[in-house]
Amino acid sequence: MAARFLWASRVASHLKISIAQRGFASVVLKDLKYAESHEWVKIDGNKATFGITDHAQDHLGDVVYVELPDLGRSVSQGESFGAVESVKATSDINSPVSGKVVEVNEVLTESPGLVNTSPYEDGWIIKVELSDAEEAKKLMDSDKYSKFCEEEDAKH
Amino acid sequence: MFLFSRFFEELIFTRRFSGKSSKGFKMSISRANDLRLPLMNLIRLKGTPILEQLHLEERLLRASSENWCIVNDGTNVPTIVMGMSGKPSQLLELGPVMKDQIPVIKRFTGGGTVIVDKSTLFVSLICNKDDVPGVQPYPRSVMAWSGSLYGEVFGGVNGFQLRENDYVFGDRKFGGNAQSIIKNRWIHHTSFLWDYNVRNMAYLKLPSRVPQYRLERDHTEFVCRMKDYIERSDFIEKTVKAVGKQFAMKQVNLEDIDSYAKGEHVKSTRLLTMEELQEAMSGTTQSA
Repeated sequence: MAARFLWASRVASHLKISIAQRGFASVVLKDLKYAESHEWVKIDGNKATFGITDHAQDHLGDVVYVELPDLGRSVSQGESFGAVESVKATSDINSPVSGKVVEVNEVLTESPGLVNTSPYEDGWIIKVELSDAEEAKKLMDSDKYSKFCEEEDAKH
Repeated sequence: MFLFSRFFEELIFTRRFSGKSSKGFKMSISRANDLRLPLMNLIRLKGTPILEQLHLEERLLRASSENWCIVNDGTNVPTIVMGMSGKPSQLLELGPVMKDQIPVIKRFTGGGTVIVDKSTLFVSLICNKDDVPGVQPYPRSVMAWSGSLYGEVFGGVNGFQLRENDYVFGDRKFGGNAQSIIKNRWIHHTSFLWDYNVRNMAYLKLPSRVPQYRLERDHTEFVCRMKDYIERSDFIEKTVKAVGKQFAMKQVNLEDIDSYAKGEHVKSTRLLTMEELQEAMSGTTQSA
């Protein structure tokens, strides 16, 4: 856990954002937005970068394959645009906001494990050009997402 | 409140029209118990081609909002089925596969490669996450649940367990399982090796990712035949019964599926073309 916090601190320092430690739970970064389906989004002007959260990668297990969308494809908030494979399961990755895919993380084709080891940095999945910046208001901030994860885990 | 009023409606109807009111009362109690359980639609197939079965499953997962149990008693011809990320050049002996014209399918779920035929038994479970409380929509949680369910089916058969995500008797695998998880639903499906032709195993290479307990054994030393442990009809009925403890089962005919699954959906299961297999083999030859 201390190692994970140290890793998160280095990430936060690099990204110039602050973090919230959730005790024994997974890492959640402030200044990102989160979907209930456990994707994170970093918005920078009219561009957004997506990935899956530390909570998600921890529950999914070792990722062995990432199915990436084609460049230029449209993605819609809440809809699936790709998948990860782990422990014999394909799991949909859902888009936290709508837009057009302008970049995909090709490195994940050879190194899908980056989704586990660096979910908020090297394990980013796609970048999109936003079609509706207002959609981000429907997402959770880090505090709400932390609480959401705790409540979800407490149910099981 | 809705379920309670349903129960009393059932009770009143049965006592008025059953003729034997005490038996009717017992039937209503049983149906009232069912009313507390989420509904599971049961489709029984026999000899349905595996491609058709997988297309049906993908449709029901993505375009239906109900729970489904699909049992297919064998498929029509020997067919190779790879997981979503499977690479033919790495997993298959492509020369013999193409020479013998064995169909190769890439399915929508994860996991490894199997060769299935008329001896294989298929059981697929599609569930809304909210209808299986205590199970999170993640692979290990779903598999813990399914392992427990099949534990009931094989109760009394020595050595059954879920071992490194495989269904085994002792250290021999008899069922290949895989899953797909979407936002609020998941599928867990299994191909059970009731019996198999050793010759068919020769179409499959030893995969690069194997469980530790495999210990470098080849296919014939690693797998076992389910028929050596349980009767075929016994397995099917015990499985339906085990599912029926957690769900209220309702038989549905395949012809009625259109009313349950409407609209467009992502379709990723497909049959690989001969050209794709040839390209895969050419790629292997060039790299060698």
